[in-house]
Amino acid sequence: MVDRSGTPLVELRDISIAFGGIKAVDHVSVDLYPGEVVGLLGHNGAGKSTLIKCLSGAYKQDTGDVFINGERATINNPRDARGYNIETIYQTLALADNLDAASNLFLGREITTPLGLVDESRMEAETRKVMGRLNPNFRKFNAPVSALSGGQRQSVAIARAVYFNARILIMDEPTAALGPQETEMVAELIAELKKQGLGIFLIDHDVHQVKRLCDRAAVMKNGELVGTVEVDKVSTDDILAMIIAGKKPDHLAA
Amino acid sequence: MADTAGTSKETRSRKSFLDTLEVDTRLLGMIGAFVVLCLVFNVFTDGRFLTPRNVFNLSIQTVSVALMATGMVFIIVTRHIDLSVGSLLATCSAVMAMTQTVVTPDWLGLGLNNPLTAPIALIVGLICGAAIGAFNGWLVGYLTIPAFIVTLGGLLVWRNVAWYLTNGQTIGPLDANFRLLGGINGTMGETGSWIVGVVALVAALLALVSARRSKKAHNFPVKPLWAEVVLGLLIAVVILGFVALLNAYQIPENRLERMFEARGETMPEGYSEGYGIPYSVLLLIFVAVVMTIVARKTRLGRYIFATGGNPDAAELSGVNTRLLTVKVFALMGFLCALAAAVASARLTFHSNDIGTLDELRVIAAAVIGGTALAGGIGTIYGAILGALIMQSLQSGMAMVGVDAPFQNIVVGAVLVLAVLIDILYRKRTGAK
Repeated sequence: MVDRSGTPLVELRDISIAFGGIKAVDHVSVDLYPGEVVGLLGHNGAGKSTLIKCLSGAYKQDTGDVFINGERATINNPRDARGYNIETIYQTLALADNLDAASNLFLGREITTPLGLVDESRMEAETRKVMGRLNPNFRKFNAPVSALSGGQRQSVAIARAVYFNARILIMDEPTAALGPQETEMVAELIAELKKQGLGIFLIDHDVHQVKRLCDRAAVMKNGELVGTVEVDKVSTDDILAMIIAGKKPDHLAA
Repeated sequence: MADTAGTSKETRSRKSFLDTLEVDTRLLGMIGAFVVLCLVFNVFTDGRFLTPRNVFNLSIQTVSVALMATGMVFIIVTRHIDLSVGSLLATCSAVMAMTQTVVTPDWLGLGLNNPLTAPIALIVGLICGAAIGAFNGWLVGYLTIPAFIVTLGGLLVWRNVAWYLTNGQTIGPLDANFRLLGGINGTMGETGSWIVGVVALVAALLALVSARRSKKAHNFPVKPLWAEVVLGLLIAVVILGFVALLNAYQIPENRLERMFEARGETMPEGYSEGYGIPYSVLLLIFVAVVMTIVARKTRLGRYIFATGGNPDAAELSGVNTRLLTVKVFALMGFLCALAAAVASARLTFHSNDIGTLDELRVIAAAVIGGTALAGGIGTIYGAILGALIMQSLQSGMAMVGVDAPFQNIVVGAVLVLAVLIDILYRKRTGAK
């Protein structure tokens, strides 16, 4: 069981963000503790990704605050988020297709020689090390990422998030483009990272997967938070009802 | 490799030979096309095309466009375009011309041909170019006006700023030291050229060795030693051959006599001296090396290519893509100023129409050199080779005596054809 007695690793408090009059996220509060996986569920357009982008620095919330380790955090751009050890694996993977795995892994954080030049050999060596752990079958170190399969691209994106000692990991549908074997690999990785005490936000459409991988599930509908439940105390049908009907199961509502 | 299974053994072994050398096959194709072009012109001009004299002229004619083409690679790689480079060149040229003919001799009282004049004019020009470029970049990056529009406007604006600055007059003659940048008026002589050639060769070989060592240190696969030696020999032949060719172009006797007279000496009987490497060509080589290092070995270069490949990914990885746009355009402006110095020094004066249509030549050079307009792909050496091909085509046709309208028709058609071949090549090799 996750210990929720201390300060939460992340606390999103009363976040709202609107795009041209449409409230994409409407006064939502979610928290995350060390060693915990919180699933974010909801229909397309429910506001999950938008909410999480306020934490990863891609968007700036209109109102509300982000607290990291109990302290108020100012996140204006992705660089700030990285400064708080927040790493994100985007649904689109956010890889530069024309560059190789090492260049993508270190994009924005290149290893340089004392002369200030990029140290390609060391970056490739580090990439080989981390990929050897994540995906031992990975061989295409010198090919542009566009030449890789979906699973290989995914492992590059995951390697990038894991390599830099993330404390908080955001995964936006990490298994959407993967086959069963690779999905299993991601599941194992999540369990491993959880053990190391990372906090993980997992955005997913697959209710069964959320029930299997997550400790808690936060369900959103039309920009509002329906509720946050412990997955062990509810059935998949309960969660589905929350997603579709937008109301909490009766035995928890009280 | 499944597609080579059916081909004969011979082609397979040749393919593996090229693979082992790890040379860019696309570059090889361009060099092949260039060599064929030169040989064809050489036949049609009864051997006048490949004389030291013509090679010398070709190289100094290429410098100005090639300098700008290296910058255009970065612009196009980041998915932008710069249509104002020819006009920007004119403005920078006008600024430098006015600085050395009005500001330093009259306002600063330095008189004509003062040793300070050339450096002052050059620095003023370069600052001016970089500032205008940065301004363009700010309009594109921060105000998010499409680069096409910003520079289309700039095409008109800067051409006429140049006009306004000089009242449309031709400004000249330019400062004697400044003219050294122009080509024939500033060459290194035979000894100096050999020294430069040997230094360049040693540097290139050291780079090869250190790259191999660094790969070995991390236990990466390296190519066999013989492949490295072949590559080294090729580099040696190209560098030293180029120097020998430029040294073989003899300075005319009466010009040599005048040079000796200027020094208060008399020329010894039977004395001869080759031109050697022009300073402008040396400048181009230096810029090419620096720009290649920037592209491959610096964070700036990484971010340029990453932004071209996927702007959103670059932004999410913490790259400040707006500031990057400003930097890339500022660099382009700086190179336009450098090209302006070379172009006006070659003419020995600033004229109102300097750099007209250069934007098309520069973009064509970059594109022929393999820069993809979709962004993310391009090389500096490709762009320079592209500029060289364009220039060879133009002057080769002039030497053969092709009518002016046909010259331009051919150049235009070649540009389109080159891009088509590039698309087919990328499709076949599966590269993006």
